[in-house]
Amino acid sequence: MLLRALAFYVFAAVVVASGAMVVVSRNPVYSVLFQILAFFNAAALFLLIGAEFIAMILVIVYVGAVAVLVLFVVMRLDINLVEIREGFLKYLPVGAMIGVVLLAEILLGLGVLGAGSTTIAALNKQGAQVLAIENTRAIGRVLYTQYFYLFQVAGLVLLVAMIGAIVLTLRTRPGVRRQKVGDQINRTKEQAMTVVKVPTRGGV
Amino acid sequence: MTIGLGHYLTVSSMLFTLGILGIFLNRKNVIVILMCVELMLLAVNINLVAFSIFQGNVVGQIFAMLVLTVAAAEAAIGLAILVVYFRNRGTIAVEDINEMKG
Repeated sequence: MLLRALAFYVFAAVVVASGAMVVVSRNPVYSVLFQILAFFNAAALFLLIGAEFIAMILVIVYVGAVAVLVLFVVMRLDINLVEIREGFLKYLPVGAMIGVVLLAEILLGLGVLGAGSTTIAALNKQGAQVLAIENTRAIGRVLYTQYFYLFQVAGLVLLVAMIGAIVLTLRTRPGVRRQKVGDQINRTKEQAMTVVKVPTRGGV
Repeated sequence: MTIGLGHYLTVSSMLFTLGILGIFLNRKNVIVILMCVELMLLAVNINLVAFSIFQGNVVGQIFAMLVLTVAAAEAAIGLAILVVYFRNRGTIAVEDINEMKG
């Protein structure tokens, strides 16, 4: 139990620290790398609590797809780092104030709820629930029956995102020569060659 | 020393606050703003999964998966818009994005 608590504190500390580094690091590439670290440690937190499927999905989707996509875009764009950092110190006081106030409010609300409300205190007391079947099987049983339409709508959202991204970034550049197979096949003798009557000793 | 629901909720609230703070501080950098939005979505996911586990109800994890789907779609569309904008204007500073202002 002590080891579990220790692991939780280590992973939680790394998540929060790398989240902070995402915000404050100077170079967007470092931000992406710290974000990857944060997602890995959040996945470890999920593993600790017993949500293996979500943990693995988090690693696959966030680290394997989203973070790599962001990394591609960051490296592809030529960003002026100095210009982009300009407002940081200017906004720091008001931003930090709002952040501290917001965090204090959330934690206060949590504390009040935890002390007063029956639900959170009761949930806290009974501890993590261990399901009779494995996590993945439990998710599958609910997802493919009760929430099947929701599952398909999620697939539709991804399809729309894919089509949207392709349509947005596709461009037809003028002056690029591509092979048009249809035109090549449909070419007739009349289009392809002309018979020129060459006058004697005149040249073409 | 057991880890309760409150621990997870605290971590998630800290992450959420960091996301909001990042949006405030990096007002000029669209990429970092997108990443901060993803941090906030991660915080929401931690909340959903923690409640789901502590209640013994798997529905919260399904909602976490849906949030993940939306986050991936949002990242793809957002970055596509970013690339197109950079191609047209040569900059991604948020303050220059004012062409739709009436």
